[in-house]
Amino acid sequence: MDARVELPVGEKIKLSVRDLDFYYGSFQALKRINLDIPEHKVTAFIGPSGCGKSTLLRCFNRMFELYPEQRAEGQVLLDGEDVLHSKLDVSLIRAKIGMVFQKPTPFPMSIYDNIAFGVRLFEPLPRVEMDERVEWALKKAALWNEVKDKLGQSGSGLSGGQQQRLCIARGIAIKPEVLLLDEPCSALDPISTGKIEELIHELKTDYTVVIVTHNMQQAARCSDYTAYMYIGDLIEFGPTTELFMKPKKRDTEDYITGRFG
Amino acid sequence: MTTAAARRLAMHNKRKRTNLMALTLSLLAMSFGLVWLVWILFETVRLGIGGLAWSVFTEMTPPPQAEIGGLANAIFGSVVMVSLATALGTPIGILAGVYLAEYGQKGWLGSLTRFINDILLSAPSIVIGLFIYAVVVARLKSFSGFAGVLALALIVIPVVIRTTENMLALIPNALREAAYALGTPKWKVIYSVTLKAARAGVVTGVLLALARISGETAPLLFTALSNQFWTSDLSQPMASLPVTIFKFAMSPYENWQKLAWAGVFLITLGVLALNILARVLFRNKH
Repeated sequence: MDARVELPVGEKIKLSVRDLDFYYGSFQALKRINLDIPEHKVTAFIGPSGCGKSTLLRCFNRMFELYPEQRAEGQVLLDGEDVLHSKLDVSLIRAKIGMVFQKPTPFPMSIYDNIAFGVRLFEPLPRVEMDERVEWALKKAALWNEVKDKLGQSGSGLSGGQQQRLCIARGIAIKPEVLLLDEPCSALDPISTGKIEELIHELKTDYTVVIVTHNMQQAARCSDYTAYMYIGDLIEFGPTTELFMKPKKRDTEDYITGRFG
Repeated sequence: MTTAAARRLAMHNKRKRTNLMALTLSLLAMSFGLVWLVWILFETVRLGIGGLAWSVFTEMTPPPQAEIGGLANAIFGSVVMVSLATALGTPIGILAGVYLAEYGQKGWLGSLTRFINDILLSAPSIVIGLFIYAVVVARLKSFSGFAGVLALALIVIPVVIRTTENMLALIPNALREAAYALGTPKWKVIYSVTLKAARAGVVTGVLLALARISGETAPLLFTALSNQFWTSDLSQPMASLPVTIFKFAMSPYENWQKLAWAGVFLITLGVLALNILARVLFRNKH
């Protein structure tokens, strides 16, 4: 099934997926995916559990490579460069494409070091500049006011919502171009979720954001484009308002109106 | 009352009875263990304190029926050999444990290492003593502190490997993925994130190993042997607390028996102090 759509005029393509197949061992989880993700926009992947939305996300930064039985065929182009077959070290690709996971994963170190950890990998900043970077990232993630007096304390002492914003701050501190969010709010309460959704909205001025969510309202609230997936197929992709207001495919309509899923 | 409600109540009562029974059995089992532990500690303190005097730390192990005498050379030998064996075995154990947990989960080398390590872990310590006797002592034709250190290190290694691997396996993959997602190279993920997250468990493993070798007698009998005099030369036979206790406790001489109890008390106290120290040091740090 080919759901490729032309992006509206004026949108610059940041990530392109071309004929992407994905396998867990012998099980095919993604089938011939073709998709263009626009720059400085929020793109949401929705669909029922097991439809392959997280799997697709994990292709963009080659996270699947940690598991030898998983493999991807096809192309994922970042600004025209194939990420999957790049000669570049995978670390350099991941520095450009950050990721935040479903459950908050603070590292076993102080709040400050949680942010500085990734920066230190690529930029040997002097202390003052590092302080500024940490503050910048925490402000971007709307966490600064809550933690500025306890930067030396453990990151795991924060609440779930704070931890998740810490992880987002950690992700943007290394100044990636793309930010992948894999169900970032599924472990959070509504207030924390609200904060993170606001944050996502602000982040798109600097980053291209791709978010996987099983919450359709969330996709409708905070994304510009939405892709609906079902059992490994990309069924429909388009501007969020269009996809939700007048979906072109019957399957999409059934899913978003709650008749199915 | 309806029959459904009555049935539910009956089931509930039955569950409560089962729960009470299981709780009672668990408490009995626990007290059975505790009774012996407390008894051992009590006897150790009672008899150990009696033999404890300042001379224990300053005097050498005495000949039978001498007036004065202490355990200075044995304490020193034990401290030296136990610390060196731990210092030697810990890095090897942690590195091997990291290999098993982070690199060789599935490969044949990992499985083989894990299998051999399990055998080593359950090998009687006297076998390890005899092994070092055969390959080191018999060849160099001399008992030595070095041989004792080697034998003790061979006991430390499998314990540390096993605990390190188990503790690393408990770290959720999500944490590893989060570190990789920042572009962290594998060695750095292990060193700065997973090993750090498992630190308390790994340290506990090292302490367990240390506690175990502090009381090991068999591997030292054929390796370090013993020495009546003070020596800091590791190429010489070396005294140690467990071997001295073994020798003195079985003797008919009262001064030796008293010193044996003092030695037992010191080992117990030392291991206890180390455990408390480590717990305090590694409590709630990130």
